[in-house]
Amino acid sequence: MMANEALQFKDSRARSRPSLLRSLHLDGPLLVGLIVLSAFGLLALYSASGAETGPLFRQLVRMSVAFVTMFVAAQFSPSFLRFWSPWVYLMGVLLLVWVLVSGAVGQGAQRWIDLGFMRFQPSELMKLGVPMMVAWYLHDKKLPPTTLQVGGVLLFIAVPTYLIATQPDLGTSLLIGVSGVFVALLAGMRARLIAAIGVLGAAALPALWYFMHDYQRQRVLTFLNPESDPLGQGYQIIQSKIAIGSGGIFGKGWLNGSQARLDFLPEPDTDFIFAVMGEEFGLLGLIALLCVYVFIVARGLFIAVQAQDTFSRLVAGSISLTFFVYVFVNAGMVTGIMPVVGVPLPLVSYGGTSMVTLMAGFGILMSVHTHRKLLAR
Amino acid sequence: MQLSEHIKDHWTEQRVFTMRVIIAGFFGVMLILFLMSRLFVLQVLGHDYFADLSQGNQVRIEPIPPTRGLIYDRNGVLLAENVPTYQLEFTPERVPNSDAMLERLLALGLMDEVDLERVQTQLKTKRRFDSIPLRYRLNEDQVATFAVRRHEFPGMDIKARLARHYPLGGSSVHAIGYVGSITESDLDRLDTANYANTTHVGRIGVERARESVLHGQVGYRTAVVNAQGRWLNEIEGEGESPHPGWDLHLTIDSDLQAAAEEALADYRGALVAIDPRNGEVLTMVSTPNYDPNPFGEGLSSSQFQALQTDPNRPMFNRALLGRYPPGSTIKPMLSLAALADGTVSHTHNSFCPGFFRLPGRERRYRDWKPEGHGWVDYDAAIARSCDVYFYELAVEMGIDNMHKALTGFGLGSVTGIEIIGEKSGLVPSREWKRSAFSRREDQVWFPGETVITGIGQGFTLVTPIQLAHATATLAARGKRFQPRLIKGQQNRETGEFVATDPIPLPGPLVASDEQWDRIIKAMENVVHGVDGTARAMAPREYRMAGKSGTAQVFTIGQEEEYDAEALEERLRDHALFIAFAPAEEPTISVAIVLENAGSGSTIAGPAAKIVIDAHLLGSSK
Repeated sequence: MMANEALQFKDSRARSRPSLLRSLHLDGPLLVGLIVLSAFGLLALYSASGAETGPLFRQLVRMSVAFVTMFVAAQFSPSFLRFWSPWVYLMGVLLLVWVLVSGAVGQGAQRWIDLGFMRFQPSELMKLGVPMMVAWYLHDKKLPPTTLQVGGVLLFIAVPTYLIATQPDLGTSLLIGVSGVFVALLAGMRARLIAAIGVLGAAALPALWYFMHDYQRQRVLTFLNPESDPLGQGYQIIQSKIAIGSGGIFGKGWLNGSQARLDFLPEPDTDFIFAVMGEEFGLLGLIALLCVYVFIVARGLFIAVQAQDTFSRLVAGSISLTFFVYVFVNAGMVTGIMPVVGVPLPLVSYGGTSMVTLMAGFGILMSVHTHRKLLAR
Repeated sequence: MQLSEHIKDHWTEQRVFTMRVIIAGFFGVMLILFLMSRLFVLQVLGHDYFADLSQGNQVRIEPIPPTRGLIYDRNGVLLAENVPTYQLEFTPERVPNSDAMLERLLALGLMDEVDLERVQTQLKTKRRFDSIPLRYRLNEDQVATFAVRRHEFPGMDIKARLARHYPLGGSSVHAIGYVGSITESDLDRLDTANYANTTHVGRIGVERARESVLHGQVGYRTAVVNAQGRWLNEIEGEGESPHPGWDLHLTIDSDLQAAAEEALADYRGALVAIDPRNGEVLTMVSTPNYDPNPFGEGLSSSQFQALQTDPNRPMFNRALLGRYPPGSTIKPMLSLAALADGTVSHTHNSFCPGFFRLPGRERRYRDWKPEGHGWVDYDAAIARSCDVYFYELAVEMGIDNMHKALTGFGLGSVTGIEIIGEKSGLVPSREWKRSAFSRREDQVWFPGETVITGIGQGFTLVTPIQLAHATATLAARGKRFQPRLIKGQQNRETGEFVATDPIPLPGPLVASDEQWDRIIKAMENVVHGVDGTARAMAPREYRMAGKSGTAQVFTIGQEEEYDAEALEERLRDHALFIAFAPAEEPTISVAIVLENAGSGSTIAGPAAKIVIDAHLLGSSK
């Protein structure tokens, strides 16, 4: 048994010499990828916020909080996280209901709870809560899941997704739904079932359309074709395409993007920061950025494949794939191949709460990788 | 079997998972390649095209706000218009050191402290790429001062705007309302695209209630701007004209309104005049009033505070929100109902000793005339406003029948006039008392409460508009129409006029023509009879029917503080009067409430007559 060990694990060299990173429960490659991405992001943010240091420092503070969160999350073992998953999920649902009720009382949409020193969005909790819950539900089942079990999974996904959609925050609710669906897909949900649900979903769309009010239909139409609304979202898309296109292969150079600097591009430091990078760093800069993202996602999937138990595997896989979806949805929106949904570019856009959640997710990935036991399965 | 199904096959699971990850990875790579090809199209193939657009002069889409609809009175007198003004504006996102620039503008006299205070609030509430007005209504000197120094203020510019203006000032303000700057909370309920570049929105009154009609449809133009964001020239054909909002024609008669405002000038109170034939509100006055024009220019918080804390509460629309005990003004409605359901006969005589006692009880309910009216019949009871007669009538009818009669005339519920926020008032009933009070002993309806409800005291509270509506219903002999402020709306582009039709409501009760004749005759005698309470003001030119009311004030608002002298003043009776004329074929019905003014027949009646005179005789004197 002891003799086999060295043969069985390819990375046994790393383990035989107790590294600092390993004892801190951190994953070196993932950490490097995240730091490179953050640095890239700060550079772009400085330019996008008009070469002012104020937003830069505030973002640095948030980033520090996010990295600390990641570190803390990495210390919890996967079995500990698994044990708490249903409770996290339950609390998240209760908080969502609470926000909905208190929002209805206080008139107007409300997505957050005021804790006094900060505002907390329960939907952030659910970004991790939903995949963890679904993975917890499936971890002791014989996989692939039965049709009935898939039904249960869909219920777990549907409740928070519905609650967040009524806030109304359609973008976030869809992304949270997707993170749960990824768990089911990775768990080996049968291809026939996937096809059946896909067809059912497509068939439900016209029915939904039929039940919608006129103003809701109008919103969907603008959502699908923003250019028909040149004063609203269409304006942003037009300007962001100009920004990216005028950047060319090599870009206009750092701090030299006229679209963002002259305020043609609204929200250059948040949802549309990808366009600022495209204008200033050009095609090469954007490809480099996408490569960093791909590296992070690939490392995450590698960690998932290496994981030793079902729960870890499913959660790690879902977190990595969802991260990819965030990147693609934002980049797709800014380049005009996706409808405008308010999704920030992960770890680059200005703003705090979503960054903390993302980094907590990476903390979980690191925990999964560094808590592996030396035993054969 | 059952057991074996639960045994997990880790090797298969791992294999399936890895397979799925590979599939996901494949899709991911395809998507990334798709994204990169999109970037290639934009940045390599489209580079020249986009570079042209971004280089040097640039294209900017600018929304053109629609022109707000005008508001006219029933005779075409302009009540709300748009006047061209120059205003200084800036976009916070484009001005890096705004504090220093604002200081400089203050020094140049292009802004004052009031503007600064307002701008600082707007800086917090508006989006950074929205334009914020620094100063409204620049005069020519100020325009010139800024024009020569424009290069010192990048990102700031003078814009020609249309500003809302109310030519008659405070007159009719409680009906028309006013517009105010759009705030962040407004953005939640408004269609933001349609309000792009619009700075004001209807706050209260008709301006608020018909916001969607008045606002119109936004347009836009595409313009070339230079690197500082200054507008150079427009690109023809790339744009869409805005569609102006519809003009509103109100039912208000501004001459009548002016006469009423003059008559009420010295009082806190309200007067509402309605055309009984169709429910059109001819006059709606609440005094004191206030000038709505500063609201459009951005009121400073100290100015707003002053209006809010004024003990006379000028911003309070007493006509729709003021709730007053109706006093004797409800006697005609009650007695008609009693006549119609047979509770009382018009030949019935009653002896009034100056007080009333419930059988077997000690407590005396006093008449307003301490020595009593002696023998009174139906007509005399109304003309002389004998309280004892109505105490008896109330006990005969019972609270349930009284509740039915009064609510039938629309008292105690909102009339449905267009303006938002109308109060419902209260007509008490056993059921109401059961649900309104929490303590068991308070939930019981006492006979004494029935007695005082008969003279419009106790729990009963009505708004002036309800009282006017009930009076109009009496005048129209039971035909009820919902009170309306809007006569119609007109499309400025096509000239199309859409009139609003009278909205008939179910009649209050079934009464014979004879019974209607009798009650109207009795009300005529209030004004023209030898012992009518309002005989001193009887007009010679026409016949008027009316009823006075003097309502006791029991309580002062708990949160309000008054000094001793003011307190004493505010404990005085409210003066009320309802009237319609000409009695034979009424074209106007009026209800007036004057707070703490004393007697209804001597104070409120003459004010009502001034308005009716102005309507029928065409003079306010």
